[in-house]
Formats: sequence, structure tokens, C-alpha cells
Amino acid sequence: MLSEEAKKEIEKALRKYPNKRSAVMDALRSAQKARGGHLEKADMDEIAVILEMQAVEVNAAAAFYTMYNIDKPVGKYHIQVCRNISCSLMGAEHIIKHMERTLNIKTGETTGDKKFTLSTVECLGSCGTAPMMQINDDFHENLDEAKVEEILKGLE
Amino acid sequence: MEKVILKNLGKPDSHKLENYVASGGYKAIQSALKMRPDNIVQMVKDSGLRGRGGAGFSTGLKWSFIPKDPTIQKYLCCNADEGEPGTYKDRGIMDNDPHILLEGMMITSYAIGASVGYIYIRGEFVFGAKRLEAAIDEAYAKGYLGKNIFGSNFSLDIYIHRGYGAYICGEETALLESIEGLRAQPRKKPPFPALAGLYGKPTVINNVETLACIPAIIEKGPEWFSKMGPEKSPGPKIFCVSGHVKKPGLYELPMGTTVRDLIYNHCGGMLTDKPLKAVIPGGVSAPLLTARELDTALDFDSLAAKGSMLGSGAVVVMDESACMVKSAYIINRFFSHESCGKCTPCRDGTPWLTRVLKRIEHGEGRPGDIELLESLCTNIFGRTFCPLGDGAVMALRGHLKNFREEFQFHIDHKRCMAS
Repeated sequence: MLSEEAKKEIEKALRKYPNKRSAVMDALRSAQKARGGHLEKADMDEIAVILEMQAVEVNAAAAFYTMYNIDKPVGKYHIQVCRNISCSLMGAEHIIKHMERTLNIKTGETTGDKKFTLSTVECLGSCGTAPMMQINDDFHENLDEAKVEEILKGLE
Repeated sequence: MEKVILKNLGKPDSHKLENYVASGGYKAIQSALKMRPDNIVQMVKDSGLRGRGGAGFSTGLKWSFIPKDPTIQKYLCCNADEGEPGTYKDRGIMDNDPHILLEGMMITSYAIGASVGYIYIRGEFVFGAKRLEAAIDEAYAKGYLGKNIFGSNFSLDIYIHRGYGAYICGEETALLESIEGLRAQPRKKPPFPALAGLYGKPTVINNVETLACIPAIIEKGPEWFSKMGPEKSPGPKIFCVSGHVKKPGLYELPMGTTVRDLIYNHCGGMLTDKPLKAVIPGGVSAPLLTARELDTALDFDSLAAKGSMLGSGAVVVMDESACMVKSAYIINRFFSHESCGKCTPCRDGTPWLTRVLKRIEHGEGRPGDIELLESLCTNIFGRTFCPLGDGAVMALRGHLKNFREEFQFHIDHKRCMAS
């Protein structure tokens, strides 16, 4: 079941558009947030009913966009380290390796306590402050080992 | 030069409406509302403003294609799906001065007769989306948005549509598909969005930086704008510099500033004493320039003449430590990751390029791999539905043209010659 908050957000999203289908991205985002970072089939089926779409259409939309984590639960903190050109030039590989060592997981994995998921991404639009990463909604820029340590320590 | 687009960057609470107004904001829209819409279109045409998203099409001309019939619903979409690696200018505007974008959208909507505007912002820009949302709320509360804005007969609603991780949404018709709740795959053109765009209605799609130029054109006049920089490519431009320079960042300078001036005068020169090796002048699709080409002017036509492009104005600087095979691989990996899957040459061709580049980079290249890359490029370029596949090819060809010996060295010696 979608949370009441998610349903309210979907209601609000519907007011922006002349058709219901347009609200699908906002609806999926709300559902993912409510579930703590991923989507399940039940969420998409429920969204399909609300938006008068076929379930397969909702799934097709969700599967297209990389930020929807379908059936892939993520940790409390989803760490996404940028590895494209500007970040790579400024040492992204080093940051990723350091992160893997510190968290004792490989890229793509979640720690045993479900606290951290480590991913790499291809450019987050923060190239002048490379290397950088995003943890949940927040950007962390001009990274080095010490800064990474400090940021991780600050996450409860 | 006096800044136009980034004039409020760095000022305290520059994102708040009261501060935007105090800096002279929201005057241009009030002047515009007293003009005839077609006069505004003409002003923007006369200014010579060309789209800052990458394509460089005349903004005023784009607006003029919108049908004049007032009974037809029209839309304005702001393309804030900034995603080309190296590019972070639109984020700079939205995070720090969201009202300049809203004012640009108000004037544009009035000029083309749109009563609804959508800002398509990439999903990762959560901070920017929140800033825009707060700015929109402020504008409604003041009567700057909604019914009869600024007491005029013109009404406008602006909404935010958040993307969720797909570079292709920066392609204008894919962006429209995405707002309509579909998989964001580019549409066939024609019909062009000016006639059949969002929900089949006439639609203008403009980049954030393009729209942020509009208030100043109204206030200072088209002649002022057209006199800045090269005649056919005028105006202020934000360059987003990254990579091996001392002071990376956003630099608003006249179009036509040279690469050398940007790097050595504005960005404080190279990061270390290693000499410059290559510069990507306009986002990763743009073929790179070498150290011999630093006097190239950064504008649409000068870069096109060099076989490159201004693109988004993202300048990525690399010193001698950068491996060009690795750079080509990383850039290509981006394109294959972002291919939308609609057409075969891009969907199958870009990952194929990535596989070959990856093995060369990792010392497993085979004789004939460079020729294989070239042949794949030939089979992708110009054969795809949208420019994504072309972008992948242009980037790789730029690397191969200037640094072919590095690729050969990697294949022959199973290691890198740069590091």
C-alpha cells in the first residue's frame, strides 16, 4: 500500500498536468521515497490504478530512468560517486577505491547492516568541484580521503 | 565585463525574491507586458541570441515559428536537464538565482502566448528543484505568477517536472515524452515542437541559460546584446571549467573569448607545472582541441570551423598526465550508458565502442582495434534518430584524430604512454 503521504503527493502532482499519465514520474518518486529508496511491483500496480494506466506502462516508465530502484533495496545512505571525465581527472577512482576499503564492500553492494549502498554514476553536474559524490539528496564536493572519512563519520 | 546572467552569484541570499527585486529584477517583465508579443520576438531575433543548450539555434526564430492563433493552447518548456559531462552552468543559475530564470520564462511565455510553463530539471538536482519550488511559491504570493500577472491581462502557471536519471531527456522531444509520462525516447521530426510539441500543442523548449538572457535583452535592448562578442554568435556566455586548472568554476564572459584567455587569465592557469595536453571545449560531445589550438575563440562558429563545437560551454582541461585512451573510454561509456535504446546504431554501436575502448585501455587491445573503432563510428554517425550517437562518435573521432599514437601504443605495448 502506498503511504498516505505518497498519495497526497500524487494528488498534488496531478494538478500540474492536463493528463494523469504525466504524474507518473512524481508518483514513482513519492512511492520510492516512502519505501526508503526502492520500488516494488505493488507500488507500480497501485500507481497504475490511480493514474489510469496499464501496470506495464508504469513499469516501462520506471525501468527507463536510472534513479528508480526497482526491486533493488538500497541502504539508509545511498552513496553515488561520480566517475565521469572531470571527476576522473581529479581522482575519482581513488575516492571509489577508498570508499570500498572503508565500507568493506564493492561498488554496487550494500553493507551488512543495510546502512550504506555504494554506487558509481556518470556525471552529476558538479564538475568544477570534482571529485564529488551524492549521498541521498545531498552533493558532497571537492573530495579527498580525509573529507570522505569526515562525511561518513557524520552519518548516523 | 559586467555580468548579466550570473550577476547575483555570490551575493547573500541571492535566491530570494526580495533580493532579486532589489538588484533590479522583475522590471523587464513589467516592461515586456506593455509591449506587443511580436515586438518581443523581434527584439530577441535582433539580439542574435542563439540557444545555450548546445545547438545554437536562433532563439527569436524558434519563437517565431509558434502559431499566432490565440485560441490554441501553447507551452513553454525550460530544459534544465543538464547532463552533458563537464556542464554545470544551469545548476549554478537555478541554485543561486532562480528568479532570473522565472522572469525569463515569464517574458518568453508572454511573447509566444503560452499560459503554462514546465521546468524539466534533472532528478539529481534536488537542491535546485527545492530552490525553484520556493521561488515559484514566492512569485505566486506576489502575484508575479498565476492569474493576471503584475495586474496585466496575461496569466501564467509554472510547474516543475523532475527527471529521474536519463541524459536523453535533454533532447527536446525526449523531454516532451518524459513530461507526458512516457519512456523518454526522441520523437520523429517533423512535426517540430513549435507546431506539435507537448500534448500535441505548439511548444517552445529553451535552455535555462538562454532564458536567463531574456530579461537583460528586454532591459538593455537587442543592440547592446548583439554588440557583445562575435557578430553571428553574440552575447554573454557561461563557461563551466573543470579538470586540470587552478581555479575551475563558472565564468561568464563574452562569446568569443579564447581558450587561452579563459584558462590562463581567468582560471589561473594549469593546476600543476604539467603542460596542457587537450581541451574539450563544449561538453564531452565536442571534439577536443590540442595545445596548438588554444587561440581558438569559444563561440558557435569559430569552434565549428575547427571541427568542434561550443555545445554547452563546458570546458574540460587535461594536462600531460591524462591518458587519451582512458578519456575516450570514459566519455564513450557515458554515451552507451545513456543511449535510450530506440535505434540500433546507437543502442548496439555505442556499447560496442565501449567494449573495444575498454579492452584497449586495459591492455587487452588487439591489432585492428583502431580500424574497428573507425568502422563503428562510420556506421553510427548520421544514422541515428537523435544526436546522441553522433555525440559519441564526434568525441571519439576527436581523440583518435589527435592522439592515434596513444591508442596504438596501448595496443602494442599493453600499457599507457601518458602515465
